[in-house]
Amino acid sequence: MGHQLVAEGSASPADVFLTENSPAMTLVERNNLLAPLDEATRRQVPANLMPSSKAWTAIAARSTVLVYNPSKLPKADLPKSLMDLAAPQWKDRWACAPGGADFQAIVAGMLAGQGEQKTKDWLQGLKANARALQNNIATMKAVNAGEIPCGVIYHYYWYRDQAGTKEGSGNTALHYFRNRDPGAFVSLSGGAVLAGSKKPAEARKFLAYITSPAGQKVLVDSQSMEYAVGTGVASAPALPPLTTLQAPAVDPFTLSSDKVSTLMTDAGIL
Amino acid sequence: MPASSEADVGSDASDADLEPVRARRSARTPWLITMAAILVAALVVAPVLVVFGQAMAAGAAEASRLLFRPRTAELLTNTVLLVAITVPVTVVLGCGAAWLVERTTVPGASLWRTLLLIPLAIPAFVSSYAWTSMLPSLHGLGGAVFVTALAYYPFVFLPAAALLRALDQGHLDAARSLGLSGVGAMLRVVIPLQRPAVAGGALLVALHLLAEFGVLQMMQYPTFTTAILQQFAVGFSNAAGSLLAAVLVLLCLGMLALEVPLRGRARIARLGPGAGQRPVAHRLGGWTLPALGALAVLAGLAVMVPTGIVLRWLMRAINSGAVEAGSLLAATGSTLGLAVLAGLAATLAALPGAWLLHRYPSRLAIGLERLTYIASALPGVVIGLALVTLAVHWARPVYQTAGLAVAAYTVLFLPRAMVAWRSGLAAAPTELIEASRSLGVSGSGTFARVVLPLVLPSALAGFVLVFLATVTELTATLLLAPTGTETLATAFWSASDQLDYVASAPYAAAMIALSIPLTLLLRRQILDQR
Repeated sequence: MGHQLVAEGSASPADVFLTENSPAMTLVERNNLLAPLDEATRRQVPANLMPSSKAWTAIAARSTVLVYNPSKLPKADLPKSLMDLAAPQWKDRWACAPGGADFQAIVAGMLAGQGEQKTKDWLQGLKANARALQNNIATMKAVNAGEIPCGVIYHYYWYRDQAGTKEGSGNTALHYFRNRDPGAFVSLSGGAVLAGSKKPAEARKFLAYITSPAGQKVLVDSQSMEYAVGTGVASAPALPPLTTLQAPAVDPFTLSSDKVSTLMTDAGIL
Repeated sequence: MPASSEADVGSDASDADLEPVRARRSARTPWLITMAAILVAALVVAPVLVVFGQAMAAGAAEASRLLFRPRTAELLTNTVLLVAITVPVTVVLGCGAAWLVERTTVPGASLWRTLLLIPLAIPAFVSSYAWTSMLPSLHGLGGAVFVTALAYYPFVFLPAAALLRALDQGHLDAARSLGLSGVGAMLRVVIPLQRPAVAGGALLVALHLLAEFGVLQMMQYPTFTTAILQQFAVGFSNAAGSLLAAVLVLLCLGMLALEVPLRGRARIARLGPGAGQRPVAHRLGGWTLPALGALAVLAGLAVMVPTGIVLRWLMRAINSGAVEAGSLLAATGSTLGLAVLAGLAATLAALPGAWLLHRYPSRLAIGLERLTYIASALPGVVIGLALVTLAVHWARPVYQTAGLAVAAYTVLFLPRAMVAWRSGLAAAPTELIEASRSLGVSGSGTFARVVLPLVLPSALAGFVLVFLATVTELTATLLLAPTGTETLATAFWSASDQLDYVASAPYAAAMIALSIPLTLLLRRQILDQR
């Protein structure tokens, strides 16, 4: 969608751009397609969850996790870091969905935090070791079925399934990497008004509502199990608080989706 | 004036049609129709040019870097393996089933004829959804071969069965009288007769495999088509995707070229009058039960299991109230609207070329028809990618409009409309047209009053074929449908991609329900005639 907006340019009919992960938002931002963010909207979200450029705001957040099947992978054998999964002993023992924007955001976070060479090496390890599935849900279900010991996904799929029928995650548990590890990357869902919008006033009001306590409550009540980002808004009780996850400090403005797709294409993943 | 009886050699007249008939030079080829036919052919060729242009726009160094890397080799190996294994399997299934149904005394032949054709009404991505919902561990090459073979064998079964029905006992008697045994007659008479039909069917299977997306995505089996869509998702219309598309186009054209020698040069010749005699069917005797069993297993796996599973998920959806009637109606409405427009557009677009070939055959007309034939080889993903690139860079007003999607469907399904027109126009011989002209009726008047009533049934059949192909089209629609418009196929895909089997069921059922008429129509048109 980000690329589509860039291709459409100023002729785009869109007013507001909401993303699930931030690289797409950064792409649109770097192409100067965003309108400036209202000060009032910006104040509704903590400063550590905002990009340094202050051009857009976070509207929700999700954490990277390792979902594993305890019967196939005992707790003692869990990897200490996401980077460990590139090692030879993890061959055919983990899965992920590299074709999706979710995973590419995680790699973007790794690129910003660990640098290009370490990311390249890790991607080589991914190509050799990991089973590529079509999305996070397929990954979770494959781990649940015992087809693969563990997988890298975002947290909310697991919590959603646990709150529902548990048929996709009943045999699994979650492992948080913590320790500022790339595997603890928290991805921000972003929101911004487009510069070419024909209804800028309504668009800004909408964005202000999304980040307000009332709007964030809608997010929490929807059972989507994503983290709310509004100041003073509590997320769903089942989730460990965002502040305890020890996510690596990554400036969302530095996340580059094009660089990630180039690296993944070079590694033969895409 | 040479007698035109040579032109009436039944349904194998394609060779005769294509030779320029010198005596018809008396009519001047109208430039309007010629221009229209050339325009349509240009529309068909444009996507190929766009794809190659975009692929080369990156420059030779970048292009070779993106092309000659291990991933491309991996995709090529996967694609070639899939085709090399699945096509022979479908040939065995299709020919075997056709032989059992048409040439033996297996009971219930009429029922089998219909049942074995039903997979044509079930999109392959729907049956793969049904199978993976039941067997989630089904994946990779094995899963892909299993699902696609069961979905595509009718492409071989249909022409094989039609040909076996038309088989003349006289051929077999001649072979026996010349000293061949029963098996020998089969090998030297029946199989060579079957070759063109089976080769054509095998080609269709191969082209569908090259263009397949839904099944292979679900089976996590990466081929060129899945990789192109993946590149589109990360980079819109970028060099890497276009390069892969260029390779895919070359593979498809290669398949087309392969069909010609496979088809063989056997021609049916008949000397003297006399009616063809229906050949004596083989008595199965003790083999009746195993034969019935084999047909039942095939029909069960290809038809019963997928439809049963879809119905089961549909029941669950209805019982749990998960059916969103509003979205379903909206998607059905969009689908029907696009399908009607595509049917009309393709039927109208095919007319100039077909008319030109019929009434004013020339090298140009034949060349245009061959170009259209090539269009039938292009996968939906290539057409979609090309049209997106074209629209974004050069034709912004049409970008993200329904019109662009209809243009894609027209290019994709033009050959079906063309084939329908040609068989219909064969029923309106030039003599009738010339007679009408000599009585003073104008050209357009002749078309309206003489030709149209004769060709209307075939034109309608062409419309229906394009209509129903559009209903189940997925890949080009994913690329071209305006943001916010959902068709049954894309709505099904959104839900099934999330492994939400319950939510996908209503859309799957709607697509199957809309496609069943096609199958019955095909059966009537092809298998019920002698």
